[in-house]
Amino acid sequence: MAGLTQNIIVVAQADALQEGQVVAPGEEHATEGAAATDAHGATETHAGTEAHSEVFPPFDPASFGSQLLWLAITFAALYVLMSRVALPRIGSILETRRTRIEGDLKEAERLRQETEKAAAAYEAALAEARKNAHGIAEETRAGIKADIDGRRADVEASLAKVVAEAEARIQTEKEAALKHVSNIAADTAQAVVAKIVGPVTAAEARAAVAAVTKE
Amino acid sequence: MADPNKVDPIHQFQITDLVSFGNGGVSFTNSALFMALTVGVIGLYLLLSTQKRSIVPNRTQLVSEMLYEFVAKMVSDSAGKAGMKFFPFVFSLFMFVLVANMFGMIPFFFTVTSHIVITFALALLVFVVVIVYGFIKNGPKFLKLFVPAGVPAYVLPIVVPIEVVSFLSRPISLSVRLFANILAGHITLKVFAGFIVTLGSLGFLGWLGAILPLVMTVAITALEFLVAALQAYVFAVLTSMYINDAIHPSH
Repeated sequence: MAGLTQNIIVVAQADALQEGQVVAPGEEHATEGAAATDAHGATETHAGTEAHSEVFPPFDPASFGSQLLWLAITFAALYVLMSRVALPRIGSILETRRTRIEGDLKEAERLRQETEKAAAAYEAALAEARKNAHGIAEETRAGIKADIDGRRADVEASLAKVVAEAEARIQTEKEAALKHVSNIAADTAQAVVAKIVGPVTAAEARAAVAAVTKE
Repeated sequence: MADPNKVDPIHQFQITDLVSFGNGGVSFTNSALFMALTVGVIGLYLLLSTQKRSIVPNRTQLVSEMLYEFVAKMVSDSAGKAGMKFFPFVFSLFMFVLVANMFGMIPFFFTVTSHIVITFALALLVFVVVIVYGFIKNGPKFLKLFVPAGVPAYVLPIVVPIEVVSFLSRPISLSVRLFANILAGHITLKVFAGFIVTLGSLGFLGWLGAILPLVMTVAITALEFLVAALQAYVFAVLTSMYINDAIHPSH
């Protein structure tokens, strides 16, 4: 294992040397430093891929820096994205929905109360109308009754008058007739007496009849 | 992995440079790629799914809303209304760990959370946030966190060091829990899957024998999905509870 690592380091150093040759001589010192680190990194990568039992990858400190850096970048990006954009948006959606539902419920409650009010008003109006109708019916009935009574009284009065007139006429007729009766009786009596006894005066006959009638 | 008979369960955690910037500078590794992918997927999904801002959500928007409400409830349950200040932080942590874990379940994908440095950095971030906010908000009273109320004075010399140690070990336990779960799960999965290949190359009897590790691999895959989600949840819940300590230091 140690031999393998050494080989790799040698290869890496050779690479570094080649790179160093390409670069201008003035910068050689600095480049060599960079190349050395590069070689170091390369060694570890090689050792990792080819003989990765060297160090368990999750415990390999060489990768810590890069992982921490990218974690910081990505997690910061995630946090900003969540706290500035995504979560406020979802929160506002939920809030809008909540207020909408509450508003709708309130509106429904309001409409229900309105309906109840309307129903109550309708009931009241109905009761009023019923009362009015009853009153009108009563009034009409009373009016009609009064009318009928008046007419009946008129008719009865006129009938009574007719009857009274008729009775009066009958009475006079009767009296007249009765008067005629005594006259007829007197005449008859005069005639009868004249036939039997001899002539009498009309006055005597009449007096006699009157005397008889009185008895 | 050129030789199929040589199973190497560690290879999947190898970090390789994809792009190097300059000599010995910072390189864009596979780990960085998957961190960027994680953030990209989270951002794109949440933003695209909520683009229409529908009052009646479709399925994709509903998922975003459920994630939001799930984490919001978690934070407000643990840390109360004052803790909602840290809701974006906990949400970012939860989503980052969850998506990174889930990416790890896809074959050939690198698992960001299988590296202790990542989980430890996240746990340390939580730890620092708790300490800094705790002192800003409560001043020296934040130290009450180490002095449980109602404990008689003569027990305090024993209790306080215990509280301090338990507080200081939080970033370690938080990070190692996540890292070890993911690492162990992936190694187990790889080892069992390797058995299938190794046994399969032994002929007919080997094929028969490979059935058992195959079943195991399927079962462990299901278990790993559970672990991936559960560990993200545990990480977020513990973060919420630690933030609660920063807001209300007295027990």
